[in-house]
Amino acid sequence: MKIAVLRFPAANCDLDALHVLRDVIHMNAELVWHRDFKESRFDAAVLPGGFSYGDHLRGGVISAFSPALKEVKRMAKDGRPVLGICNGFQTLTEAGLLPGALLRNQSLKFVCKWVQLKVTTIRTSFTRKFVRGDVFQVPIAHGEGNYFIPPEQLKELEDNEQIVFKYSDFKGNETPESNPNGSFDNIAGVCSPEGNVVGLMPHPERASERILNPFNNEKARLVFESMKEVLVR
Amino acid sequence: MMVSGIEVDLTKKELALVKKRLSRDPSPVEAGMIDIMWSEHCSYKTSRPVLKQLPTEGKRVVLGPGFDAGVVDVGDNQCIAFKIESHNHPSAIEPYSGAATGVGGIIRDVLAVGATPIAVLDSLCFGRLDSEHSQWLMNYVVKGIADYGNCVGIPTVAGDTNFDRGFETNCIVNAACVGLVAKDQLILGKARDAGDLLVLVGSLTGRDGIHGVTFASKNLSEKSEGERPAVQIPDPFTKKLIVDATLELLPSGKVKALKDFGGGGLTCCASEMAFKGGKGAKINASAVPLREKDMTAMEIMLSESQERMLYSCAPKDLKHLTNVFDKYGLTHAVIGSFTDEPQFVIEFEGRVVAEIPVDLLTDVPTISMPVKVPEYVKTLAKQKRPPVPENLNHVFMNMLRSDNLASKRWVYQQYDHEVQARTVLKAGDTDAAVLRLTEKKGLALKTDCVYRLSYLDPYSGGAESVLECARNLAAVGAVPVGMVDNLNFGNPNDPAVFWQFSESVRGIADACKMLQIPCVGGNVSFYNEDDRTKEAIKPAPVILLVGVVEDMARITEMRFRNTEDSIVIIGETAPELGGSEYAHSILKWEGGKAPSVDLDREKRTLSIILEANKLRLISSCHDVSSGGFGLALAEMCIRSNMGAEVQLDRLPSKGKLQADEIMFAETPGRFLVASREPQKLLNLAKSRNVKAEIIGKPVLEKRFVLFDSESSRKRVVDCAVTAMRDEFERRIPGCMK
Repeated sequence: MKIAVLRFPAANCDLDALHVLRDVIHMNAELVWHRDFKESRFDAAVLPGGFSYGDHLRGGVISAFSPALKEVKRMAKDGRPVLGICNGFQTLTEAGLLPGALLRNQSLKFVCKWVQLKVTTIRTSFTRKFVRGDVFQVPIAHGEGNYFIPPEQLKELEDNEQIVFKYSDFKGNETPESNPNGSFDNIAGVCSPEGNVVGLMPHPERASERILNPFNNEKARLVFESMKEVLVR
Repeated sequence: MMVSGIEVDLTKKELALVKKRLSRDPSPVEAGMIDIMWSEHCSYKTSRPVLKQLPTEGKRVVLGPGFDAGVVDVGDNQCIAFKIESHNHPSAIEPYSGAATGVGGIIRDVLAVGATPIAVLDSLCFGRLDSEHSQWLMNYVVKGIADYGNCVGIPTVAGDTNFDRGFETNCIVNAACVGLVAKDQLILGKARDAGDLLVLVGSLTGRDGIHGVTFASKNLSEKSEGERPAVQIPDPFTKKLIVDATLELLPSGKVKALKDFGGGGLTCCASEMAFKGGKGAKINASAVPLREKDMTAMEIMLSESQERMLYSCAPKDLKHLTNVFDKYGLTHAVIGSFTDEPQFVIEFEGRVVAEIPVDLLTDVPTISMPVKVPEYVKTLAKQKRPPVPENLNHVFMNMLRSDNLASKRWVYQQYDHEVQARTVLKAGDTDAAVLRLTEKKGLALKTDCVYRLSYLDPYSGGAESVLECARNLAAVGAVPVGMVDNLNFGNPNDPAVFWQFSESVRGIADACKMLQIPCVGGNVSFYNEDDRTKEAIKPAPVILLVGVVEDMARITEMRFRNTEDSIVIIGETAPELGGSEYAHSILKWEGGKAPSVDLDREKRTLSIILEANKLRLISSCHDVSSGGFGLALAEMCIRSNMGAEVQLDRLPSKGKLQADEIMFAETPGRFLVASREPQKLLNLAKSRNVKAEIIGKPVLEKRFVLFDSESSRKRVVDCAVTAMRDEFERRIPGCMK
């Protein structure tokens, strides 16, 4: 079992993702330079956060056109787990692997803070170890995290159970105050129709260890534990 | 004056020295290089004799001042590299790029010793927040720091933001970087062997930033607006590639020396490397990859274009280096080599355009500056305090929303302070940031700048800048291991300013000696003054203190944890309002006597907190600083969303104090501690001969109540914690809309 952590130029959360996969959930993970990435060697892929290609043009758009994404598409197609965090999520939407787009935050400012995230489906490769409706804490850190989808497509997402995470309050209510960036319908993360490709703006890799978590829990770890369960099954 | 057709900023005496060494007139390129290398910014020629007072040695010190970054050993084969630098003038005229390149430059300094940059800190001073110009500066300075640090993936974890009308046109933007390096991976910016190649890597060289250092070594003026081209252009994407390429290369051991391009460009970078190794250098300026056509040798040698590093390697290893640079798509070129003869030789288009002894560039004679105590010092100290305002409840709420005390969430929320998954104590909510070093050990970081007190008494202000950082660190349970300073002052040719500077350094040095904190580097920024009033800024000594938390299980925070605790104040309150936030924002009073600093007592007080931490007597802890006891307690309530009931007459005091003095005086050396075993804490304080008292308790009801005494139970202040939080949180976002 081997997980690839893709390294694009200036993807700066690559080592954090690698750390959690290796040292926290004890999986075999490897950092792979984007030009050297061959899907055949890996069982899953994580596209980490950061500023790939300096966010030139807009977040994730240049890496979406890199040859590495062709490889990722093959993995996605045959059902292997693919996770995009923050910039990785932006890349997956730009590449058409996930629906919707990430616009600039409503405040027009970068925002780094801890938010509450509600799990709205557990059918994906990255949420199966949660309970539906679970609320957990996780930090966001982005300037372009305002999830957008045309309203007419929302129903399709809902019908297909493709909305995975929503910003909420501690009790799971999707309030406007708990929405940190203006995302449509408080959406923080979505998945592919099959549920093996998931993208989210918040950073579960920064909340998976108690020592880093001001709420003194490690629930975000279940995102990675879920993938582990899929892989070792 | 003009030398060889070049405008230079040298005195007659200095020029005579140069001519004597050369036995001829310098060539135009030589004159240009000498001009920048002899500027205050590069040479520290006026400040060096004063800085000698700072203690630079200690058992943990690995690299002291004079290198790209200071380095201290924190055990487990881990070293911490750190440095601070000012970018005041560029930020004052072009806040976005000025602040961003300030961060970029300091990251390179830490990278240059082989360290992985793990944190950025910023210390900022602006004019009053209700001025549109200050809002503009702050908006873009913060955005510049955020966009740069966030993209490079280095968390901005702590800092301080201050407001005072003296900084209206000349803001203070100091950026610090902290890096982590294994002891055996340290690398120096020091030439090793003659024949080693010099490889320039990174951005193309353009005309930006030319004379940035001379721009920094004079006052800003109306003409400064026209000097925007002296501000460099930031490119965090290239920086991130340089960081990654460098960190990939260093373990090979094939990089023999490394240095960043900062002020003074290629001239400063190459000559300092050569000088440190006792070597010379031969540079082919024509080989430097250029962004613009037809650049002259002088422009190439002086350009301060960002995102460039200079590597040195043996010729046989060149290919190994260039393979890695190619992988990251970085431009690189061999631009020269080190030589045995200590001469600095520049060739351009096949001609030698400069050939001077290296030490003529790097070993600049110091100048002893006259000092004079300014008139205002005595006048202000003698002023009588204004009367106590009537409604202290009202005053208290106004304090919470004063520019300097209000929450800085608007600032730190724009910084990614979590990237790299090390941040244990987060920005804003705590006295100091703590980063994870090992599973058990943490690194505590904090900057502070005490400028108002420094204006009244620069000695006390300098000392207090160090002490306040030390209290911040102690409050989270950290022991200081080293510091760097950034000294922001006015024009050093003014004897009053140089007196402020000398006194400030003396205060910093005495505080460091008392607490056994080595100074491992720093930066001096002179010529900071208001270009309209021609008044120097208030002295702004910025300290970055680095400390170690031996066991992160013992980290303490300011928020209250339970109602069974008692609130204990450690230290005595004195009737000293001079230089306080209260005097400034409520009384509108600049005068008064500055609080006196008692270094010996301060040391004992810090030892009480650290000992109590070890004995686990502390549930919550907060140092008492800006805004005095009242604001310290308010912050503890706001952060925990709990109330507190306290009796003011229980606070140990020096003499009879007015109610506002008890609440808002900024007497140094005090802490608020919530403890379940207060008596043990009191005994500990007594054993160190420091006054301490139980003054009240945290309560679940979200009300903040200060009684005057147990007998009268008169409520001097009584407010709802939610209302306090609103005042505290709304001020800055409200101004920045």
